[in-house]
This record gives sequence, C-alpha cells and structure tokens, in this order.
Amino acid sequence: MLSYIFRRILQSVLVLLVVGLVAFAMFRFVGDPVETMLGQERTVEDIERLRENLGLNDPFFVQYWNFLVRAVQGDLGISYRQGRPVAEIIAERLPATLELAAVSGLFALVFGIVFGVFTAIRRDGWAANAIMTLSLIGVSLPTFLIGILLIYVFAVELSWLPSFGRGEVVQLGGWSTGFLTQSGLIALILPSITLGLYQMTLIMRLVRSEMLEVLRQDYIRFARARGLSQKAINFRHALKNTLVPVITVTGLQLGSIIAFAIITETVFQWPGVGLLFINAIQFVDIPVMAAYLMLISVMFVGINLIVDLLYVAIDPRLRS
Amino acid sequence: MALLEIENLTVEFPTRRKTFVAVKDAHLTVEPGQIHGLVGESGAGKSTIGAAVMGLLDPPGRISAGLIRFRGQEISGLDAAAMQALRGRKISMIFQDPLTSLNPLFTVKQQLVETIQAHLGLSEAEAGARAVALIERVGIPDAANRVNQYPHQFSGGMRQRVVIALALCSEPDVIIADEPTTALDVSIQAQILELIKELARERQVGVILITHDMGVIADTTDVVTVMYQGEVVESGPTAQVLGRPEHPYTKSLIAAVPRPTVKLHRFPLIAYGGRVTGFAIEDLARSWPKSEAARGTPLIEAEGLTKRFVSKRALLPSNREYFTAVDGASFEIRQGEVFGLVGESGSGKSTIARMIAGLYAVDGGSVRFGGRDVTATARGVPDWYRREIQMIFQDPYSSLNPRMRVDEIVGEPAKHHGILKGAALKARVAELLDRVGLGAEAGLKYPHEFSGGQRQRISIARALATQPRFLICDEPTSALDVSIQAQILNILKDLQEHLNLTMLFISHDLPVVRQMCDRVGVMKNGQLVEVADTETLFAEPQHPYTRELLSLMPRLDGLSDEGLAVA
Repeated sequence: MLSYIFRRILQSVLVLLVVGLVAFAMFRFVGDPVETMLGQERTVEDIERLRENLGLNDPFFVQYWNFLVRAVQGDLGISYRQGRPVAEIIAERLPATLELAAVSGLFALVFGIVFGVFTAIRRDGWAANAIMTLSLIGVSLPTFLIGILLIYVFAVELSWLPSFGRGEVVQLGGWSTGFLTQSGLIALILPSITLGLYQMTLIMRLVRSEMLEVLRQDYIRFARARGLSQKAINFRHALKNTLVPVITVTGLQLGSIIAFAIITETVFQWPGVGLLFINAIQFVDIPVMAAYLMLISVMFVGINLIVDLLYVAIDPRLRS
Repeated sequence: MALLEIENLTVEFPTRRKTFVAVKDAHLTVEPGQIHGLVGESGAGKSTIGAAVMGLLDPPGRISAGLIRFRGQEISGLDAAAMQALRGRKISMIFQDPLTSLNPLFTVKQQLVETIQAHLGLSEAEAGARAVALIERVGIPDAANRVNQYPHQFSGGMRQRVVIALALCSEPDVIIADEPTTALDVSIQAQILELIKELARERQVGVILITHDMGVIADTTDVVTVMYQGEVVESGPTAQVLGRPEHPYTKSLIAAVPRPTVKLHRFPLIAYGGRVTGFAIEDLARSWPKSEAARGTPLIEAEGLTKRFVSKRALLPSNREYFTAVDGASFEIRQGEVFGLVGESGSGKSTIARMIAGLYAVDGGSVRFGGRDVTATARGVPDWYRREIQMIFQDPYSSLNPRMRVDEIVGEPAKHHGILKGAALKARVAELLDRVGLGAEAGLKYPHEFSGGQRQRISIARALATQPRFLICDEPTSALDVSIQAQILNILKDLQEHLNLTMLFISHDLPVVRQMCDRVGVMKNGQLVEVADTETLFAEPQHPYTRELLSLMPRLDGLSDEGLAVA
C-alpha cells in the first residue's frame, strides 16, 4: 500500500514537471511581455535593462530551472502587469474559483447520481425518458451558450438573479467567501449551474448505464431470490457497486470543472483565477500564466491521487 | 402432502412478433426430504421452471396457464409483496456461479445479517450469531473470523457454501439449486452435493436440482424429470429413468453421455429433433499434406517447462513474490496421438497449452517441435511453427470476433500466413465449412447467427485453415450440451484418424478424456504428477492424486447401454 502511494506521488511529480516544461515552452511564442510593459517612448536601453531584470536573456532551461526552484519555495514570481507577487494575486482570486467549483461539483454529483439512479430504475417511465431527452441538451450545448441563455432568461427577462460578479463577500482570514451573505449565495446559482450542467449530465448517463449493468448481475438476482426488499437491492447492493467506476470519472470531471471555469468566469465576470488567466494572456503576463497552469495541474494530479485511494477504500478486492 | 406441486405450468415470453413458449404444460412434485432432478439441454426450460416458482421470471415472461402450489396453497398468483415474503423465507434458490452470486463489496456477514433480518426480524447481534452458526453449518472452518471477510477472500467451493448458507438463512422448506456445481471442480462438486444431500436428509428440505449433468443426476437425485424444448418428456425414479429410459429423447441424451468405464469408437448419435448435423472429415484428407513423420515418433518434446507469474509487485526484484503456475513439466506428444492433460482449475493445464502455442513466454525449460527448438520467448515463436499449430478454445461465444463474417474468420489464419489468397482462399474456406457440417453458405453469416455447437465447428474450421499438424484443444466442449459435445468430439476423433493430426486435449472431465485421448498427463498445482496410456491410467492409477480424481468421477453404472458400440 505504502509503496503504491509512493509510486503514485513519484508519477505525479513527473507529470507536473512535464506540464511545466510544455507550458513554459509555449510561452515563448505568445508574444514579448516587454512590448506591452513599456510605453511608446521606450529606448533600446530601456528594453535591454528590463529584459535583464526579468531574466529573459537567460537560456530557456535556466529560466525554467529558476522558476521551479522559486516555485518550490512558494515564490511564483512577480506579475509583469500588476507588479505584485503572483502568489498573492492567486491567493486573492482562488477562493472565488474554488467556491464556484465546489458548488457546481456538488450540484453535478447530487443531481447526476439521483437522476442516474432514477432513470435506471424507472427505465421505461415517461419521467425517465423526459430526463434522458433533456440531458442531451446539457451535453450538446456549449457552456458559454448555456450561460448566456441563463443570463437572458433569469437576469434580463425575469430579473430574479444577478448576471455577473460574486455579490458581497466576507473575509475570513485570507479567504473571501460568498457563502455567508445572501447576495453571495444568489450570485452563485447561475454560474454553478452553467459550469456543472455538462458534468451533471455526464455523471447521470454514466450512473444510469452502470446501474443498468449492475442490475443485470447475478448477485442482484440472488439478492432478490433471498427475499430482500427492492429498496435494499437498489440502494444498498446496486448503488454501491455502481459507484466504483463512477468515482474515477467524477474525479476527472471535478478537475476539469476547475480548469474549465475559465469560460464560465468570463461569461459571468466571476473574479476567479480563470478570469485572471484570460487577462494574463492578453498582457503576456508569463509568471501568472505559468503559475495558473501549474496550479491546475497540481489540482488535477492531486484529485486523481485521491480518487485512486478512494477506490481502494470502496472496493475490498483491491486491498490485498 | 407434497411440499411443492407444479401442475400444467406454461410459461410464455410474449414479444412483438410472436410468443415464445419456454415451458409447456409441465408437471412436477417435490416431497419433503426429496431431491428432484430436472435435467435437459440448454433451452429445455428447466431454469425457467425454477424462476417461475420463485416469482423471478425476467420480464416479459409470465405464467400463462397452470398452478404452482406450496404446501397445498397456490402461490403462482401472488402479488409482488407476498412473493417477496415467500422468497428466501420458505423457498430459497442457489445459482450456478458462486463467483458472481455474492456482492463483492459487502462482507459475508453483512450479506447474511441483512437476509436474516429481512425474514426473521432479529436484532443485529442475534442475526450476527446466527450468521456465524450458519457458516459453521455449511462446513466452513473458523467461522467466527471468516464471516467478516469479503467474498473474494473465499475459494470457489467455499463461496458456494456461503451461497448455500444464505439460502438457509430462514430455514426454508424448498431449495431450488440451479446448476449449483457446474462451475466447480470435481472434488468440490462432490462436497457441495454431499452437503445438499445432508440438508435434504436431516432437515427434510425438498430440493429441485437443475442440471445438465447426468453424473450429478445419477449420484444425487431420488426422482428425475427430463425436459426437452419446454416439455417434460419423462419423469420417474432416477434409477428407472436412467436405466430403462422410455422416451427416445431420454435415450439419445443418455447415449451421448461420455462413459468413464468403457472407451467407445465414436459417440452414438441418436437423432432426435433434427439436432444432428453431418460432417465429412475424411474428404479433407485428399488435399491434406502427407506427413513424412511416422506415427508414434515424438512431435512435441517439452523439457522442464516452467512458468511463473508475479503475485506481488514490488520495486525491488528481491521483494517480488511469484506464483509458479507450471513447475518443470516434461512430457512428449507423439505424432498422430491425442495427448490429454487433466487436472482441477488452477493446476496449470491451460498455461502449458499457452506456452506451447507461444502465447506465454516460458520462464524455464524448452519445447521442441519435430526436433527443432520452438521455445516461446518474449518475441513469441517462429512463424513456420505458428502455421503448424492451431488452437480451439473453450468458449465458442468469445473466441469468435462478432464483427467479422464467418468466411473472414475461417480464412484469416491462412491469409495471415500468406498461404492462400483470392479464389484459392475462398475455395478452402468453403470446403472447410462444408466438411465440418455447416455448409459453404454459412460463410456469409456472422457468428451470432449460430448456436454454441455450430460456433465450435467454426472454430474447428478456422483451426484447420492453415492445414496444421498440431492442434491444441483447451476444454473444447465444456461449454456445450452433451449431444453437441458428442458431435464435436466425433469431429475431433475424425481429424486425428483421417488427417493424422496430433492433438493436445485439455479437459477437467475424466470421462471425456477417456474417450478422446491415447495418453494422459495428470496435473496438480503446476506439477505433472503422472503420465500414462489412457487405459492404463484408468485401470491402474499410480499416483495418489490420480486415484483421488478417479474416485470422485461419477460412475454412471446405472445408465442404459442402448446404442453404444464399444471400441
């Protein structure tokens, strides 16, 4: 078991190094930050001095190595655009993204599993068929379109919900939360649905097909032959077996919820790290972009590690 | 009063186009303490009767006529809730495969306790104590500790005992056992059947034992009912039905059962219901390449074959643990003979076959074919050798690619090795399909359009496409009905006789091995414990394990000899 965890962590570190390298290599082509940082009246000396200060004259691998060494110490560099430490900027923005991701992840998981189980048990009922048909829309419409439609209906036409921003936030230590104010909670509704809808339909369809598969298994037939109630069979025996494969996919999906928050954050002007990243691209703010990509990959890799351990916790066959 | 009475039972599965009648007008009674065998081939409707009694017919199946009475009270018309109260409480069921009957994510105790509580309304602690007692009752040692384990920590036979314990949770009066030992080794089968007999005797439980195995019927049951295509064709005391069968179907069924005691030249095929299809292997002999090697010279020589699998992975090689599947097996297979390998599951029979075929790299030892070294390395075996050997696998359903047409399947090996192409390939495929009794037009269909026995013929045709000299048959008939098994075995015997093919024949079924093989090797835990001529082995087994295996073999002494021609 220990050697398994150790091996997984080793793999994770390798993945992170490669992601960092790829990201860093790409940034060479997005443009020259010096161009945007200095105004129109720049001299060749100005440019040279700035390049030297930023370390842009060093060879590529030296730059990458310096970045890694400092990143490990918690120093992600200084934003070219804002002139503040990147770690500080991200720490400011991260709570917004994490809260949004948590709420939409929860939304996707709860409704995905409930609808999935329902449509599997009532396979031919009209309600199940309706849910399945509607879910097609969830999979096929792009996120930004869903966001805009929701804004149009609930913010513009009905004026029930705000169309942008986080509402009022409360500072708890270094963490700004929207969970404690009414406007903060209301502001979460539309973005979380937009972000979580695709994942929800995916989880629902997955749960449904897994559940149908499990319900055909011999041990379910045997459970019925033993005289167990339908409820015990569906929710005790079938559901737990259904969740084993669902967990893997859900883990990956939670990672992508954080990563793809970029689009939702742009549509709703949500002040999270995704929006920060989009702005950073416009200004070729390499330290911010690099830090963001590293952060996302750390989360992806971390979530996957947790999923693998959860697997072992649920399925006794993997424990030997 | 009879425990269970089934009268005029008819079960239908209505579909949009037509109604399929699975059981027609069936009669059956079970007395307390009696074991009632229900025998027939696949599609006979025997499992459907079990499901109908339990109220577990898969939709859209329904009982369209007839009655099922339990202790004189009709239960066939009960609603779902009343049926659920009866299931497991008064009537229990045991399924075929103990590996899939238990939920893998719950401990044995959790599954027992929930069943006990569902029926008897005991407290958690009382139900737990009862669970331990039940596990003890079905003969699992160290019950108090083992109940807390998960199903995967039990062996197949132990799991079937757990399944039986689950069926006994609330002291049922009737147990329906649907092929309870089909997935188990002979020694385990004997123990499980003994347990069922004990239950019937001591607790006066009535048992319906559904099986396709005549040996199980002969050894275990008091009364037997023979079914064919949904209808009861014959019923009566077991000794009488098996010894003096009256119905032609029963006669044909009994004649097709491989005998452990006598070697037959060919299985008699008493036609019943148009299930026999002819074949003509001798016609293939004309175009078959003549082998220069004389019969009896060694074709395959295996020296100290060893295969290990990693059972515990570790970063450091010294920490790894290995499971030795085959441990230094040495034997030879002579030109033109059928060499049998017998043993229980996990004894390493199939691993040997796979090493000879080059599917596994060997970890020690060597294989020679006609004197040339063909030991399988990580890169496999030489191409010329691949052409000379072909395999026939156990499961005719998964060994044919469902997306390929039959003529593509059969022609693929010859095409792959560049032996034939174009019209010549087509002609070869058509000839092969015709000779194995399918007809050339079968090539245009897909595998799912064929029955299990027909698919196994397709596998045989495919194996013959490269005109090999050596055939590996890995349990080729274990998944088939007895009458189909008889046909397939006859084809294989013809292949040996007319084409001078050499075969490695792997089976766990001793009577089949006696019919098929010239010499036999007995395997136990990866070791080849005895090699002898078949008749010598059956008459004078040397190794204690061989003797044990032979003693567990059903004797089938009471079976009618009608239609048998002894070799």
